[in-house]
Amino acid sequence: MPVQSTLQKLEILADAAKYDASCASSGTAKKNSMGGKGIGSTEGMGICHAYAPDGRCISLLKLLMTNHCIFDCHYCINRKSSNVRRARFTPQEVADLTLNFYRRNYIEGLFLSSGILKSSDFTMEQLVETARILREDHDFRGYIHLKTIPEADPGLVYQAGLLADRVSINVELPTDSGLTRLAPDKDARQIESAMGGMKSSIVEAKDSRKRFKFAPRFAPAGQSTQMIIGADTASDADIVGKASRLYDNFRLRRVYYSAFSPIPNASAILPLKRPPLIREHRLYQSDWLMRFYDYKPGEIMQATDDAGNLPLDIDPKLAWALKFREWFPVDVNRASKEQLLRVPGLGVKSVHRLLAARRHRRLRLEDVAKVAVSLFKIRPFIETCDWRPTALTDRADLRRLLVPQQEQLELFAA
Amino acid sequence: MKAVVPHSRGKLSTHYAVAMPRPDDFAFWRGQARQLIQCNVSPEYVAWTEPGGSGDLFASEGARLPEFGKNAPFVRASRQFISVAQNAALHSESGRFALIYRLLWRLQTNPRIMEDKTDPDVRYVEELAKNVRRDSHKMRAFVRFRKVNDGKGTDHYAAWFEPDHHILRANAGFFRRRFANMQWSILTPRGTLHWNGKAMHEGPPARREDAPGDDPMEDLWRKYYASIFNPARLKVGAMLSEMPKKYWKNLPEASLIPELIAGAQAREAQMVDAGKSRSGQEFENTPETLPAIESAIQTCRQCPIGNLDNHAVMGEGPLSANLMIVGEQPGDHEDTTGRPFVGPAGQLLDVHLEKAGIDRGAAYVTNAIKHFKYLPRGKRRIHQSPGAKEIDTCRWWQEAERTIVKPKLVLAMGASAARSLLGKTVSITKARGTPVPLEDGSELWITAHPSYLLRLDGEAREKQARLFDADLSAVKIRLAELSTH
Repeated sequence: MPVQSTLQKLEILADAAKYDASCASSGTAKKNSMGGKGIGSTEGMGICHAYAPDGRCISLLKLLMTNHCIFDCHYCINRKSSNVRRARFTPQEVADLTLNFYRRNYIEGLFLSSGILKSSDFTMEQLVETARILREDHDFRGYIHLKTIPEADPGLVYQAGLLADRVSINVELPTDSGLTRLAPDKDARQIESAMGGMKSSIVEAKDSRKRFKFAPRFAPAGQSTQMIIGADTASDADIVGKASRLYDNFRLRRVYYSAFSPIPNASAILPLKRPPLIREHRLYQSDWLMRFYDYKPGEIMQATDDAGNLPLDIDPKLAWALKFREWFPVDVNRASKEQLLRVPGLGVKSVHRLLAARRHRRLRLEDVAKVAVSLFKIRPFIETCDWRPTALTDRADLRRLLVPQQEQLELFAA
Repeated sequence: MKAVVPHSRGKLSTHYAVAMPRPDDFAFWRGQARQLIQCNVSPEYVAWTEPGGSGDLFASEGARLPEFGKNAPFVRASRQFISVAQNAALHSESGRFALIYRLLWRLQTNPRIMEDKTDPDVRYVEELAKNVRRDSHKMRAFVRFRKVNDGKGTDHYAAWFEPDHHILRANAGFFRRRFANMQWSILTPRGTLHWNGKAMHEGPPARREDAPGDDPMEDLWRKYYASIFNPARLKVGAMLSEMPKKYWKNLPEASLIPELIAGAQAREAQMVDAGKSRSGQEFENTPETLPAIESAIQTCRQCPIGNLDNHAVMGEGPLSANLMIVGEQPGDHEDTTGRPFVGPAGQLLDVHLEKAGIDRGAAYVTNAIKHFKYLPRGKRRIHQSPGAKEIDTCRWWQEAERTIVKPKLVLAMGASAARSLLGKTVSITKARGTPVPLEDGSELWITAHPSYLLRLDGEAREKQARLFDADLSAVKIRLAELSTH
């Protein structure tokens, strides 16, 4: 085999990493390079250094250590039976690339994952070694996200947490049956027990830092996971349920959804048609509702249809509001924060602004228009001192009026 | 301590001019503003000028303010005001100092004014602050250093950046904390920063030519940028809103964007093709039932339309229908609902069918193209007419449907449908009203597409509607004749 240049390896191993949805670099401990020997800082908010035409932020150097793999997961481009070009970086090469990119302000840090080469332990050692070179040899204080391998030795996984800002273990599929069918080499119980172990290490480290100033940090940006949407038959209700269990049981920072996209050499048992990206979007919206709007998973499930799926044409918040009309209209001048957060079209920021503004005056519809993005969706669900939706809230065809496509009809009807 | 309550301005009608030494000197503004408030100078009597800006004519020889000693009146400024004003002061808008002074003035009588997010001044100052924060954020994101070899063995990194506002000095700390042990310079048209690993120096405005022209590492970065992009999910609007084109000229990776977008569909088609051979086989055997067609069109990638983010829409109607209505392609509405002719054009069609006495429920309604072809425009998907090649490719499915349903009369609406059935392009005006015999013994009638009526107005629309109705009535009569045979 001809020797591959760094450029060729980068092409193959970055290409192979693009199916990971996460690129977050926020929410870690504050640190900077003042008084150190190297470079790097993390100051709370992550920075997106570029955007690709797929609309996704490029914040980290997202790489696979290698795309050789001894596993045969059907949804994965790098599975053993797939006929793709293979490449492999050494830990030193990845560290050099990270530093060279970081010095030029291209990235916030490194997100390193890997196919399983030789054994889980061997692969995990390589990942940990890369982070060690960066942190210890170069005093790198930027962001590091390591994807850990659930089958690897817990001692190695612990090492990863000591070096990285964030660690993640992918649950891969929303249902255990899906995992058994599509990822025959993986075991749902093993994945969850690794996540559980990670959680207790994080909690323990946080606790000891409260008591001992110099106790080591352990994954200060927490752990996250990723689920592939549309490769199996799981409904949105299954997915939301699984996500909320994961948030509760393992205190995850984020659950990422990745719409299954057509991959070269896809296995024959997968659907060829990808699920619409809009489905992924709706799932993220429901994730937001649970995390910032105080919706319970059960309430999200109430917004799904008979097959357990969220409507694609309207967002889950609107779907919920249409089903539970008795909650509305909400009086903007009197309602509690929780009630206002349920109004479709009002975000957390807008609600806070309304709460602040109503201390100064009685709010009129135009005041709501000033703080919200658009009144269109909001109007049927609120009351102000000059607006009352009367029968609008309870109209049977309200849904039809609010579906975005309906606007086009009005444009055409001259 | 007591706040100064502005009283009648009669005595103090003198105008004051404050010359800012630097366009981003908030501390100076703060000192001057405090003094002006203490002297009870109403905002309309103060003119703020910055270096290079044009002065206020009648205020250029403004009076000097008296200094207060120990008994200076208390000036109120909420923490919220300071944090917003600090950012707004860096904006390139020339009225910014007057605006924040006006707010400070109003703050003396209404201490909670910053909470009133519906007040025009508050909204404007927050807008300015937001622009500055965004510009700062983009600077931290989009500064691209290039390595310069000075020949002495130490590496120096230099970047060229063009901020919209006076944010350079405010962001010096960020870059110092991040690159503390590196030697770097940031050059901008408003000034320069140099860090030698120990101290920061400021320099005069620079030109683009002063910055290094290239860095070999950018080849690797561009390769990374092109590889991490997933062509199966093209969202150009999302990219443009976060990385507007004005920044592109200083981003090494941005030169790749046009070709990445152009190549995305082809690359995705390749990905799909490489992964499948089974759909190709299905294509060789005509499906024999409508459900088989329905499942086969879902995975059809024979033309680029199938690779967009859309769903195939199957025809619907009774298996034994005498009438088959063929339209162009599903629209946005049909794509979401999965049913043909339910959008605006479909609703108009229903009206006219009812007028002509044709029962839509008894007809088999389908489209020449099974997938929705569109261009994304923000959140909208704008309809695109299918090309001749695409119509000819998709003809396969329409013919399969026709073989199963075996209609006696086929009504093609619009040029695309006509091409699908005839295999050649015809003019609707010439072809309408005359039946064309098809190979399987059925009759083809051609008329306009109802969406054509939707695009017309007034008299033209009425005229076309009459023609459309006439075509439908003719079809109704002919259909009755054929059915009795």
